[in-house]
Formats: sequence, structure tokens, C-alpha cells
Amino acid sequence: MHGDFDFSVLVDSLPFLWTGLQFTLKLTAVAMLGGIALGTLLALARLSPIAPLARAASWYVNIMRSIPLVMVILWFFLVIPLITGKPMGAENSALVTFTLFEAAFYCEIMRAGIQSVSRGQVAAGYAMGFTYGQNMRLVILPQAFRNMLPVLLTQTIVLFQDTSLVYAIGAKDLLKAAEVAGKNYNRPVEMVIFAALIYFVMCYSLSFVVKRLQQRFAFKR
Amino acid sequence: MNQVPNSAMIEMRNVSKWYGQFQVLTDCSTRVSKGEVIVVCGPSGSGKSTLIKCVNGLEVFQQGEVIVDGTSVGDPKTDLPRLRAHVGMVFQHFELFPHMTITDNLTIGQIKVLRRSKEEAQEKAARLLDRVGLKQQAHKHPGQLSGGQQQRVAIARALCMDPICMLFDEPTSALDPEMINEVLDVMVELAKEGMTMMCVSHEMGFARKVAHRVIFMDQGRIIEDATRDEFFGTPRSERAQLFLSKILSH
Repeated sequence: MHGDFDFSVLVDSLPFLWTGLQFTLKLTAVAMLGGIALGTLLALARLSPIAPLARAASWYVNIMRSIPLVMVILWFFLVIPLITGKPMGAENSALVTFTLFEAAFYCEIMRAGIQSVSRGQVAAGYAMGFTYGQNMRLVILPQAFRNMLPVLLTQTIVLFQDTSLVYAIGAKDLLKAAEVAGKNYNRPVEMVIFAALIYFVMCYSLSFVVKRLQQRFAFKR
Repeated sequence: MNQVPNSAMIEMRNVSKWYGQFQVLTDCSTRVSKGEVIVVCGPSGSGKSTLIKCVNGLEVFQQGEVIVDGTSVGDPKTDLPRLRAHVGMVFQHFELFPHMTITDNLTIGQIKVLRRSKEEAQEKAARLLDRVGLKQQAHKHPGQLSGGQQQRVAIARALCMDPICMLFDEPTSALDPEMINEVLDVMVELAKEGMTMMCVSHEMGFARKVAHRVIFMDQGRIIEDATRDEFFGTPRSERAQLFLSKILSH
């Protein structure tokens, strides 16, 4: 030890770290797709003229956004088994929690996106004879989604970083894998540095993609 | 074209509309017969656009009645999407769907609303694009066309739905001057074919050429509803005279 680094153990632990990264990626993908789908439904509810529906969605979003994520993760992990009567497992619990939590944030992005579509476009869709559902699906949501793509991806980067919080319930993600490998090889510092490097590289390349997208969309219309 | 059959396509009876306390339409009544071309003019803020949007229910009104081809627009039981599918509308800012190609803009309503097959819809779209002189642009996106071209596409898009009548909401007022005529030419041709048309427009040349009647509005009221010759010859109201002298003096 004596404060000197030994990065040679990293190579041996790569397969193990990879299993952790796989779960991190799976969690990010599930929470992103599920969160955007659920978030879009929530956004439609928030913008709905049906007052109780709009209020319920608004409550959901405001509550989720006002509680620290790590608490929501713990709370779900501890409380859901009490209700359902059987343990859910840390990984499944994380998948459900993140989807429900991220939906609140994606909801606000999609709401802004829907409102960014001009009234003229909405009127043109209705004038064509589209029903509310058709107008949303064919005219409004595609444009809302396109307008908000950079913001949706930025939120996904935040989500990717936040997945590391599942360490609180012991789910085996990249951070947890690095911690375990660090203990096994007695090289905790190297492992954590390496994990941070992986997070950094992935987030940085994603934000580069976002920047490129923003430039591409800036030239349209 | 001066032979106008007498069956009413659009009938408005005492239509009134408020935005909160503010009354935008007051007791508007008029009647558009089948094959008739009506030009609605008046100063900005007079309620012209609001009036024609009441025809296809894009604007709700609190009082009165609008009957389009026998169907009451304000009746909650009316299937509005079904009615709108057959009332063509052209907007000031074109409102083509920017995320679709020109062809998709022309076929989507036919496929999703009229349930036509893709081939049938594309064939019709090609025919109408050709008619407005834009066959070569079929694969492009709206953002790649000029304003005049976009508006002609918008007219073709409305015609694809086989409309029983057409509503135009200031179709040329967002266009550069050199593009106005290419759009008006399409509209004149349409009028001559006997399409029932209600046009909010300040193009008095167009009104002179094809309108059967001119409606003049001010402050949410129909001040004058006269035949073309009456309107341009001797408008009865002072307000309409003043308006005409302002827009015709140059």
C-alpha cells in the first residue's frame, strides 16, 4: 500500500465491473423509456381540461420532485414488500422506483414540449378532422418530442449518474461492483477512481451528442 | 358563375361570442349558398377570423347557431372531427406539419380520417400537387419551400379531403408581395370551379374578380353584407366606405 497506486488489478476485475455496468445501463434504459412513456401520459393529464385528472398528475409530479431520490429508493425498497407481502429484490425495486421517479421529471419536459407546439398547428390538426388522440399522436407529440430532444437527453445524463444511488439498497450496479472489487483486491481507491472514469467518459460523450443535436436543430426552420 | 343555387351550405344565426367579459362577436348572421364565394373584410380585431373559425368549430361560441350542410356545429352531440374533415381550412401561416414531407402532409388526413388506402391517397395527393404546380416538391419538407409554395400546398392538402366548402383565414397576408398572386390564382380557379368559399381577406382585387358577396365587419358585428357590385359601388355604411377608401386609395 503506502499510498502508491496499483492499477494492474483493474484488468482482472473488468468482467466483474462489466456485470455492474450492465445493470447501470439497464436501469438507465428502462427508467428513460418507461419514464418518458409515463411522463408523457402525466403531461397529457396535467394539461387535461378534466380538473381532477390534472390535479392528481400535478400532485404526483410535485411530490416526486420534492423528495430526495435516495429516500424514494429506500422507501420503495422497504415499504412495497410490506404491502405486497413478498420481497421484491433490490434490482427490481430500483427499476420500478427510477421509472416512477424519472417520470415526474420527464413529465415536466414533455409538458413544456407540448406547449411549445403552436396553437396554429393544433388548429390545423383539428381542422383536418383529427380527434384529440390523433392530433396528439400525429401532430403535437412528434413536434414536442423533437423540440425537447436535447433536454430529454440531458435529463437522461442526470439519470445515468443518479443510478449510482441504488448503492443505498445494495443493488449491484457499477459503483457497487467497484466497491466489492475494491474490497476483494484490497484496492478500493483505484476501483472507485476507475468507476468515476467510466461515469465521466459515458456522460461526457453523451453530452457531446446533445451539443451536436442542439446545433443541428438550431438550423431548422 | 353568377348563377347561385339556393341551398344553404353555411348558415349563421345570431352568433355571439365572448372572451371572458369581452364580446368578440355580436349577433352575426349570414348565409352562404352552395357554390357561393364570400369575402369577409374589415379592420384588424373586428372578429373576421373568429367568425370563420366558428364555422368548423375551431372557436366555440356561446350564443346562436351555425349550420353547415345541415349539421349544427354548436350541438354537443355533433361529431366535430367528422364535420371538419369535410370543411377545408387554409390558415394565414400555412400550418403545414413541419415534421412530415409534402406528400405525407397531403395523405395523412386521407389515410387516418377518411380511411383511404395509402395508394389511393398518394395518387390523389400527386394529382392535387400537380394542380397547384408543385409536383417536383413532393418529397421535400415544408421548411424547404417558399411561403407561396407552402400556402399552395396547404390548399392542396385541404382539397385532398374532398371538402364541401373551404374556409380561408387571411391566406395571403403572411406572404411576400411577389408570392401573393400565385396563391390568389389557385383560389380564383377554385372559385370558378364552383367551390363554396368563405375567405377572410383584404385582397379587394380578388373580391372584385370572384366574390359573389362581401361581408364587412367592425367591432364584432357584421356591418354590411352586400353583393359585390353593391359593396364596391355604393357601400351603405359610412364605416365600410371609410375602410374601402383607406385600402383602395393606393
